[in-house]
Amino acid sequence: MSIPNDLKYTKSHEWVRLEDDGTATIGITQHAQELLGDMVFVETPKVGRKLKQGEECAVVESVKAAADVYAPIAGEVAAVNPDLESAPEKINQDAYAAWLFKLKSVNAADLANLLDYAAYQKILESEENQ
Amino acid sequence: MSHMTSPFFLRYRSLKATTLNQTHRDMNAKMVDFGGWDMPLHYGSQLDEHHRVRSDAGMFDVSHMLALDIKGEAARDFLRRLVANNVDKLTQPGKALYSCMLNPEGGVIDDLIIYFLAESHFRTVVNAGTAEKDLAWMQAQRDKIAPGLEIIPRRDLAMIAVQGPNARAKVWQVIAGSQAETENLKLFQATFFDKYFIARTGYTGEDGFEIMLPAVDAADFWNALHAAGVAPAGLGARDTLRLEAGMNLYGQDMDETTNPLESGLGWTIDLKSDREFIGKQALLEKPVTRQLIGLILLDRGVLRSHQKIVIQYDAKAGQGEHGDEGEITSGGFSPTLNQSIALARLPLNASPEDEVQVVVRDKMLRAKVVKYPFVRNGKILV
Repeated sequence: MSIPNDLKYTKSHEWVRLEDDGTATIGITQHAQELLGDMVFVETPKVGRKLKQGEECAVVESVKAAADVYAPIAGEVAAVNPDLESAPEKINQDAYAAWLFKLKSVNAADLANLLDYAAYQKILESEENQ
Repeated sequence: MSHMTSPFFLRYRSLKATTLNQTHRDMNAKMVDFGGWDMPLHYGSQLDEHHRVRSDAGMFDVSHMLALDIKGEAARDFLRRLVANNVDKLTQPGKALYSCMLNPEGGVIDDLIIYFLAESHFRTVVNAGTAEKDLAWMQAQRDKIAPGLEIIPRRDLAMIAVQGPNARAKVWQVIAGSQAETENLKLFQATFFDKYFIARTGYTGEDGFEIMLPAVDAADFWNALHAAGVAPAGLGARDTLRLEAGMNLYGQDMDETTNPLESGLGWTIDLKSDREFIGKQALLEKPVTRQLIGLILLDRGVLRSHQKIVIQYDAKAGQGEHGDEGEITSGGFSPTLNQSIALARLPLNASPEDEVQVVVRDKMLRAKVVKYPFVRNGKILV
């Protein structure tokens, strides 16, 4: 399974990328989209909403199931991906390109709590062996 | 990300496998635990599989369901007592009947199909998750009313459903000589041909066959159908297809605690004849205050089972009452309609075109009441 090694991950299968301008981009991982299957609905947070780390802030729904998405780090919602309302299947096509939302005024210290590539890989392996 | 609802993810430790288990794995199926069975959820995309069945032909391994042969002179009398629909409707060999098997309280033990093969030989197919319970119940009733009757589980048979507008033609292509013997089968009719038992039944709202054959031959047959262009389809597509077709799912739309007359099953309950079947007395005494009816979601989102419904009582004079509530029994995304649909248990005064509100997480979403089925034979009906 391909996992980009420049991102940070959560145990709950979100990815986050810190951009050069200090904002952060958030999505769900390839593993998460595989688990859920064909995506049919995405509910993103309102722009301007202030999120705490770990707060429930979005919902992705596949044909099979609904899943909560949690904010990997604290920040204020600066943008949501406008493509996903009409084309949620973009998450299935490329989970690392189809971002859900962007945060500004992020708490960069929260990044320290997240998983790097190797640690996330380990989580996936242990899930597979369960 | 965490799972909130996952109907197929019942957890069991050791799973049963059908004879096609390895075949599914070889086709890269995503396998899930379904009522204790290790079954394919999809083979890549359940949406593609759904559309293939509506537009062409797909096949489902339904060998987890159990066929039971009921053999003996008392077979018909036994079934007259055992099930709620009237087996006296079965006069022609090969004819099939859909029925509920009720408990004495009128709750649904299971829904099943009964084939009339000969006066001393009926065959029934029951759900996988309820098979052991069903068999025990049938045996207990048999011991009481028809001790000599044989009830024979047929785990030696595999079952494959081939469904879609081109399904029958593909089967004829694969089973040489079968066309002449099966093209005149009407809906809910079956016949033996060679080693196959071929029934014109299904759970998708499309034409097609459900075929039983010796389990040892199932993989070859499956692969031959695949080579003929039949798409393998998993439980995911099976669920969205049956929901669009407005077909009940045991355990969701009805169970031992629900009244079948409040579950859209009134057409299968024979209360007119003077036949005494198990559960009849209880049903006659129970008030019927609810109905199973369809919903189409008007807002964005996805309806799911167990979501609560609030009747929009002031939308239309005389419709509904303040505080009326209902519940979704089966909900999901309809690939054919490209919007969310559901079956819901609502008060009797809810009627088509009414608008109701569905509680989805922290929101109230608007939905329209409709008659189901939503889709039949590839056509949208709502």
